[in-house]
Amino acid sequence: MYVGWWMVWACIQTWVLHHLELNWHAAIIDSLVSNGLLALACIAAIILYRYYQPGRSNRIYRLIFALSITILYSITFKWIITYLLGADEYYTDFLEKSMPIRSIISLLVLTFLTITNWLLYNIEEQKEKEQRRNDAEQLVKEAELARLRQQLQPHFLFNSLNSISALAGTKPNEARKMIQQLSDFLRGTLKKDEQQTVPLNEELEHLKLYLEIEKVRFGHRLQVEINIDKENLEAYLPPLLLQPIVENAIKFGLYDTVEDITISISSHLENGYLNIQIKNPFDSDTQQANEGTGFGLSSVQRRLFLLYARNDLMTTEKKNGQFITSLKIPQIKK
Amino acid sequence: MNKVVIIDDEPLARSLVVEYIQQHPSIEIVAECNDGFQGVKAIMQHKPDLIFLDIQMPKINGFEMLELLDSTPSVIFTTAFDEYAIKAFEANAIDYLLKPFSKERFDLAIQKWNEKKSTSSEKNIQSLLENTTKQPDEKNRIVVKNGSDIRIVPMADVMYIEAYDDYVKIFTKDTYYLKKKTMNYYEQVLDSSQFFRTHRSFIINLQELTKIEPLEKNTYVVLLKNGKKIPLSRTGYSKLKETLGV
Repeated sequence: MYVGWWMVWACIQTWVLHHLELNWHAAIIDSLVSNGLLALACIAAIILYRYYQPGRSNRIYRLIFALSITILYSITFKWIITYLLGADEYYTDFLEKSMPIRSIISLLVLTFLTITNWLLYNIEEQKEKEQRRNDAEQLVKEAELARLRQQLQPHFLFNSLNSISALAGTKPNEARKMIQQLSDFLRGTLKKDEQQTVPLNEELEHLKLYLEIEKVRFGHRLQVEINIDKENLEAYLPPLLLQPIVENAIKFGLYDTVEDITISISSHLENGYLNIQIKNPFDSDTQQANEGTGFGLSSVQRRLFLLYARNDLMTTEKKNGQFITSLKIPQIKK
Repeated sequence: MNKVVIIDDEPLARSLVVEYIQQHPSIEIVAECNDGFQGVKAIMQHKPDLIFLDIQMPKINGFEMLELLDSTPSVIFTTAFDEYAIKAFEANAIDYLLKPFSKERFDLAIQKWNEKKSTSSEKNIQSLLENTTKQPDEKNRIVVKNGSDIRIVPMADVMYIEAYDDYVKIFTKDTYYLKKKTMNYYEQVLDSSQFFRTHRSFIINLQELTKIEPLEKNTYVVLLKNGKKIPLSRTGYSKLKETLGV
């Protein structure tokens, strides 16, 4: 295509020169030589810019470069054309007169090329920077998600181990069972991939392991009601999302009252969202000063924001002595 | 015979202590408690020589329970994990057992207690309570004892605190409670955006503040919502203006 443009331009120049009362022979040769040289100069400039891009502080180099190529072009052109058409006196006279205009045209072309090249280069550089920044942000996000996901309360782990230690002396079989449950639970927290969602029944299985362990620890004080429709079991949600909420519910429920408590978990599907509610009792007299969201809940909130870019997917309320945490998980068709 | 009370909200954790104690014939377990309320009752009733105390428990934690006691027995803390508290434990408690702990480690704690029990532990516990980093809950409430009645007072209900010899008086709308603490302690522990020390002997709840009034030249008082006037020191006056942003 460039060659085509070049031919068109060469023809126009030939015609213009002929119009200026040069004979066809001189006009064609002049046009071919001048345009050929200009094309070479442009190619040289492009190649050079490919290997060397002056930095922001060296912008003046581009101008110097365009200028020197122009000078080189003018000298070479004059030398070649004199060699070819030196005998034609009318032409030589015309050449003398037109030389400044030729030089200026060449300078304009090269400057234009330089500026275009510089702009393109800048755009490219911007794009690359953007890309790098996006990559870095993605990495940070993933790391944060992984960290939030693996937040495991050390209290839970050490207290469970202590319970196992107590069982080992008197009820070795139950100790062994609890070790098994704890191992399964820990393995579950390690293997999950953040980007993938899991079906609700898988998440519930994991949650049940956790609850079994907590029940051993707290004995009859802790009761759990799980009320999930069968059709909801296939709904998807990010892995390990429920456990921190239930952990929070247990903590607030059990540590806020000395009575037995019941934690209830229920769900329903609606308008493309999986809605999950987790309720725990709390004492409204002593907890009024407590602002509600513990670390567990704020980390769930943060995860939902990082995954769905929304802040309205988790809400909490206090009603009739119950602390209710509600989740809305968008169901994306697979 | 030495009397021991075990206070822990997890039954299995208590049973482990019971099991370990059985190897020490000179120790008798007089009570096992689920929470701090039972703990206070049992300690007042049995006057034990030693208690095993968990920290994270329902309603009131182990530290808050200790604050309610008139005289403190020797304490061995049993806790799962508390990086902040451990420093204070090392200095002041007889010992602390990090769950899960071994029989050997338990025996060592008993041995330490046997060596130390002649020296008074009262002072150590007091300074432990002063120095321990507060659990998050403790910033939001004060646990007080009114006769045999234990109350948990949300910080928002506290109007002001006044120094009273070795005690402080904690004023709410209807009444006040005595607590064996220092003003400096409360100045440190309380949320500085909510509570302000106006004077050597006074800390007020900023929610209750209605007015700063000049009294004489260069002296001021603050007026609370219920009409009570609280003295404001000169340094207090400039700091209060800074806090309120005027």
